Amino acid sequence: MANVPEDLHYSKDHEWIRVEGDVGTIGITDFAQNSLGDVVYVELPKVGEKFEAHESFGSVESVKAVSEIFTPVGGEIVEVNESLQDEPEKVNTDPYGDAWMIRIRMSNPGEVDSLLNAAEYEDFTKGEEE
Amino acid sequence: MNSTNITKAAPHITQNEALIFERSQNGRKGYRLPPLDVDETPLDEIVPSNLRRDDDLEGLPEVSEVDVVRHFTRISTWNYSIDLGMYPLGSCTMKYNSRLNERVARIAGFANLHPLTPEEDAQGALQLIYELQESLSEITGLAGISLQPAAGAHGEMTGVMIIRAFIDARDGEVASANRRVMLIPDSAHGTNPASAHLSGFTVKTIRSTAEGLTDLEHLRELCSTGDVAGLMLTNPNTLGLFEKNIKEICKIVHDAGGLVYMDGANMNALVGVARPGDMGVDVIHLNLHKTFSTPHGGGGPGCGPCCCTKELEPFLPVPRVVLDGEKFRLDFDCPQSIGRVKAFFGNFGMMVRALAYIQTHGPDGLREATEAAVLNARYVARGLVSDYDKPFDAPPMHEVVFTDKRQSRKGVHTLDIAKRLIDYGFHPMTIYFPLIVQGAMLIEPTESVGRQELDQFIEAMHSIAREAVEDPETVINAPHTTRIGRLDEAAAARRPVLCWKPKEAASAA
Repeated sequence: MANVPEDLHYSKDHEWIRVEGDVGTIGITDFAQNSLGDVVYVELPKVGEKFEAHESFGSVESVKAVSEIFTPVGGEIVEVNESLQDEPEKVNTDPYGDAWMIRIRMSNPGEVDSLLNAAEYEDFTKGEEE
Repeated sequence: MNSTNITKAAPHITQNEALIFERSQNGRKGYRLPPLDVDETPLDEIVPSNLRRDDDLEGLPEVSEVDVVRHFTRISTWNYSIDLGMYPLGSCTMKYNSRLNERVARIAGFANLHPLTPEEDAQGALQLIYELQESLSEITGLAGISLQPAAGAHGEMTGVMIIRAFIDARDGEVASANRRVMLIPDSAHGTNPASAHLSGFTVKTIRSTAEGLTDLEHLRELCSTGDVAGLMLTNPNTLGLFEKNIKEICKIVHDAGGLVYMDGANMNALVGVARPGDMGVDVIHLNLHKTFSTPHGGGGPGCGPCCCTKELEPFLPVPRVVLDGEKFRLDFDCPQSIGRVKAFFGNFGMMVRALAYIQTHGPDGLREATEAAVLNARYVARGLVSDYDKPFDAPPMHEVVFTDKRQSRKGVHTLDIAKRLIDYGFHPMTIYFPLIVQGAMLIEPTESVGRQELDQFIEAMHSIAREAVEDPETVINAPHTTRIGRLDEAAAARRPVLCWKPKEAASAA
């Protein structure tokens, strides 16, 4: 059973976001890492780049495939988790902690309201597994 | 006598082979030069010392000729190849490469022809190119063609560049700048978005329906914004399903001012039966190394012809091979051309093989090959549906997709099934593609296998399905009969060892 922490918001593209003030920390969910299999490379944007909500900001390469990752909210990148360059396996072992991917200064924090909460996301992943 | 009780002098040829670096003996050579019978020229006069390396090629293996021959001959016997057995790699059309095609390609006049030979002395080769152009044009129903691109993705990019050049000319550079969206279904080959991106387009993804076809409503919605330059569609699509709404799809895109590019990777389902040009497609690439039986990968370079409508023809790469009265010539006078995409004329040897394939089959034979390819895929589909989850009901065309849904309940996944298939003597199918199908196994038998071999493949898959229930560990740890067992693919990708080091250096590091 995939781990779905209560305090995060989720997208239907399987990203999570933790909101602190107007900065959101974003990564991919436990369900996503489990579906992808062993992650071997993470491609992330540069600090200062701007993205619209639902735009692709990078990609995750596993032994199975390369998958795009989408930001659930729009804004400007303020920090990138450089450690994933050398240790992409952290995406598999600690998707909600050490393997956070980007921090983004949200241009419209209201966008978070349209995302799923933990219970809704858990229901959504059950549908995907069917 | 106990057979395990011996000290082996050398590994048997069926066992693993050391690296050639590990065969190295100090001072051993594969050549011996005769004594110099002219005055020696100082090296500095030929190559200045600042352009020479000074380490005497340290670390390169020192081996004799026979060492080299035995080493590479042994390794060459480990290959699984199309000449050894069925190669059901979906989306790749691994069909038999006939010996006749190889023989024709080795005719000295073709094989030794210099690419800078003047037109009048290369009439035979130009005629061959021209005749292949005519044949492929008839097969696709598209008038314009260039054989220059060296592979599928290269042909794709050529096609997309043609679309861009056409729209620039039609709308003018200013208006055209607002038409930079390329629509691509979520089931597409990864090269499609790459080609579009490299040509300056923004990619928007079209959803597939539950039946595995392009979602027309979503397509209409995406086409309503006025910025769509085109659609890139594979037909049959990568799920092996024929896009039965193809005419409607082309109409929607054309009405929105866009063009339709068809990825011809799956033409083996259509040759001699249906023509993309008749469906409304504007531009397509073919893979001679798939559909027209020229060698794949290590067997030879590829060839990805780009075919287009009369309207797009002025934008094709130059030079174009044309018939001028009774002479064949190279036409460079195409001011709207996107330019050259490959040195000289493309991979000519592949054109010789492809024309040999087309001419030995003839129109009826090509149709028969297509029908057999589709029949074989449907036979496999029917044979496996009792044991494996088939996510789409529609009868497949030349390839069929299954999933590991039933086996994964026991912890046996697609990767395990593919690895176990090696123990049964088959090359695995394509796995985890298309991306929209979880645990996908994409099987394309091609027309090159008979019923007996199809039955053996189906029986192997049944057997693996039984093992997945009764003895899942055997499948999960497969393969068992190979030189080396399951490789740690994640470690190989995360920490690749790309450079051999001597043992002392490696242990010191």
